[in-house]
Amino acid sequence: MRKSLIRTTLAISLAVTASASLAAGKTLVFCSEGSPGGFNPSLHSAGTDFDASAQPIYNRLTEFEPGTTKVVPGLAESWSVSADGTEYTFKLRKGVKWHSNKHFTPTRDFNADDVLFSFNRQWKTDHPYHSVSGGKYLYFGWMDMGPALKSIDKIDDYTVKFTLNQPDAPFISNLAMDFASILSAEYADKMQTEGTQETVDNAPIGTGPFEFVSYKKDSVIRYNGFKDYWEGAPKIDKLIYAITTDATVRFQKLKAGECHIMPYPNAADLDAMDKDPNINLLSQAGLNVGYLGFNTSKAPFDNKSVRQALSMAIDKQAILDVVFKGSGSPAKNPIPPTMWSYNDDIVDYKYDPETAKKLLAVAGIKELKTDIWAMPVQRPYNPNARRMAELIQADWAKIGVTAEIKSFEWGEYRERIRAGEHSTALLGWTGDNGDPDNFMFVLLGCAAAKSNVARWCNEEFDGYLRAAKLTSDQAERTKLYEKAQVIFKQEAPWYTIAHSVQFRPVRKEVKNFKIHPLGSHIFKYVDLQ
Amino acid sequence: MFYFVLKRIALLVPIFFGVTIMAFGFIRMLPGDPVAALAGERDMTPERHAEIMLKLGLDKPVWQQYLDYIWNLLHGDFGTSVLTNRPILDEFLELFPATIELGLTAMILAVVIGVPIGIFAAVKRGTLYDQGIMGISLVGYSMPIFWWGLLLIILFGGVWGLTPISGRISFLFDVETVTGFLLIDALLSGEEGAFASAMHHMILPTIVLGTIPLAIIARQTRSAMLEVLSEDYVRTARAKGLSPLRVYGLHALRNAMITVITVIGLQVGTLMAGAILTETIFSWPGIGKWIIFSVFSRDYYAVQGGLVLIAMIIMSVNLVVDLLYGMINPRILHTSS
Repeated sequence: MRKSLIRTTLAISLAVTASASLAAGKTLVFCSEGSPGGFNPSLHSAGTDFDASAQPIYNRLTEFEPGTTKVVPGLAESWSVSADGTEYTFKLRKGVKWHSNKHFTPTRDFNADDVLFSFNRQWKTDHPYHSVSGGKYLYFGWMDMGPALKSIDKIDDYTVKFTLNQPDAPFISNLAMDFASILSAEYADKMQTEGTQETVDNAPIGTGPFEFVSYKKDSVIRYNGFKDYWEGAPKIDKLIYAITTDATVRFQKLKAGECHIMPYPNAADLDAMDKDPNINLLSQAGLNVGYLGFNTSKAPFDNKSVRQALSMAIDKQAILDVVFKGSGSPAKNPIPPTMWSYNDDIVDYKYDPETAKKLLAVAGIKELKTDIWAMPVQRPYNPNARRMAELIQADWAKIGVTAEIKSFEWGEYRERIRAGEHSTALLGWTGDNGDPDNFMFVLLGCAAAKSNVARWCNEEFDGYLRAAKLTSDQAERTKLYEKAQVIFKQEAPWYTIAHSVQFRPVRKEVKNFKIHPLGSHIFKYVDLQ
Repeated sequence: MFYFVLKRIALLVPIFFGVTIMAFGFIRMLPGDPVAALAGERDMTPERHAEIMLKLGLDKPVWQQYLDYIWNLLHGDFGTSVLTNRPILDEFLELFPATIELGLTAMILAVVIGVPIGIFAAVKRGTLYDQGIMGISLVGYSMPIFWWGLLLIILFGGVWGLTPISGRISFLFDVETVTGFLLIDALLSGEEGAFASAMHHMILPTIVLGTIPLAIIARQTRSAMLEVLSEDYVRTARAKGLSPLRVYGLHALRNAMITVITVIGLQVGTLMAGAILTETIFSWPGIGKWIIFSVFSRDYYAVQGGLVLIAMIIMSVNLVVDLLYGMINPRILHTSS
């Protein structure tokens, strides 16, 4: 009797829930993994922040085509680059509408003033908005935008010219990044007059496919499809982010139909997801690389043969099986295979302990004692660094190399690597803008040689990278990067381990959702059936 | 009575300073800082690092930071979150009602079930009932919250589909925040089904958070009752031929309640600790989840402010319990005075 009473009560409340869902129109629920720090992507720079702000609410001058890292026109309809590669002139799109909210109703369409406002705020320390909301423009700094820019000029309402101090081909990709989102100058002016400048960052107004409705901290973010969106109104009427921090719970919610899409599944759940008749398990190689860097400023790692020998001694397949459990693909280049200019002709070092031993003997190494540093954190490109280090340790023991595994707290880990205390260290990288420069120049270029893991500076390799920065002709850049990868493999400053595979379980009723290589979740073309 | 209260309040001052030192010190003892936590794999020049630390006010010597912090605290300023750039107090007050709401329902569950079964076990001392109840409560007391929560979610939410998986209310309802207590706000909103949905979402987290206090209260009630039942006045009452209900309900329970109320008061701390895990599992937007996230991101100001606010609340509850205790048991008042 009591049991049936409970069941009846539950059934009634479920029925109420169900009847309400019919009235709600097309509502897409995304079980997001965390709470955004805020809604201005130039100030809040985590992936969670971008998912909540840059992608649904804003646009950029250039955009990444969903599912690829190809740069396509966004708020800029077209652009031209001067012959010396330092001047980028953008023709802006006309008739782009701004969102509105209770604080602001736009009186004009998007124009050049908005572009100037969005960049000058981050760039010029004397800009009235520079210090608003804490003023930490981390990504602007990380992408070295400040030193790169010489001037930004409004030519007319729909033409803007960026002048750089020197040619920098990846610049166009940088503009497609989330931090370069375009905010409304008119909104900012109004809020400044009213003395509530921070409203610009908390109650966002953008030109993007979804209008921000509300945010209940740590609980739910709501958006409405923007009817006047310049690419056409999105197919879903309401977009809801149900913040669910635990991956197991996210999967349960997905199974129960409480959400349609979830990010970052547990590796242990992948099998069950694959078998679930209501779920499509999408996957794509991630834009990242996990590697073991040899500190080339220390003997004997300054010797190429030693680096090659140690590379040959590692059983990569065993690492992929044990550590990645099927969620990784072998890496042979410093850039992932989804990135343009990936050189597939490169032949990886084969697992060959015998040759490795011989190489070491030729190099005059009889007994080698070294260390392997293992990161204390989990990353897509390295789900278990400790275990990985143990496998490498065992492999090296077979050729007579004794390695001690060391680990430090994450901040200290990177600090000590910067200082060059390690002999070999596990680390990795996730791409920012889909440009090979963002991997090779940042991680292996001579400019970074004093602080990166390998502390490696090779004139020839660096020459190719610098040449590739100077031209915006992608075919030519591809050739240069391909040559650079050949040198990289010969010199072996890193033992490249794996690129993670990213998985996104999606309910069957979701159409047109694509995994984005840069990790963002983009819903503007998504439909529900 | 006046001196008793004054003495209890005076005791809070050193405790308050102790808490501020711990809250301030512990988060700084963790390696890494907020800027490093934001940077991830990225290489950051020491100059840029210093520049951002300056913006965050973290460039000064630690002792000076502490003095500034105390000075601001005494002026009611708990600082600004590194991550969200909002005042800590605003964030805390926004999230705190969710924690109270869950804590209260868990406590009600623990008391309503724990006290009667504790009495029952005491009355039936040594029987199979007693052993059964005590056995189960021992299991409940030792239950790892994270495992327990996931188990209930998978069974009740996933396999049987009887309860929602997580969250505070169905996303279909956009209930306006008035009091922050969702059950009340849902009623105020007048939206059909909102209250039922909020209640429905409370079931599992309440059980998970209430389990450990329930076990403790049941065990303490039992032992307090046993102690009282062996007193002379109970024997006298029995000898007078009073009904069992009068003996247990009036004579024994009233005296046993002194211990039980203390135990309930002490559970506030347990509830706050349990809330951290429970809120994380159930995506419950409360203080526990917020503090954990702040620790991970080294949001010094949020951790400092949050811990001090929580400590102040626990201290106030304990003060109230102390005062109540004095009222229920006048002997304490007299010895203190």
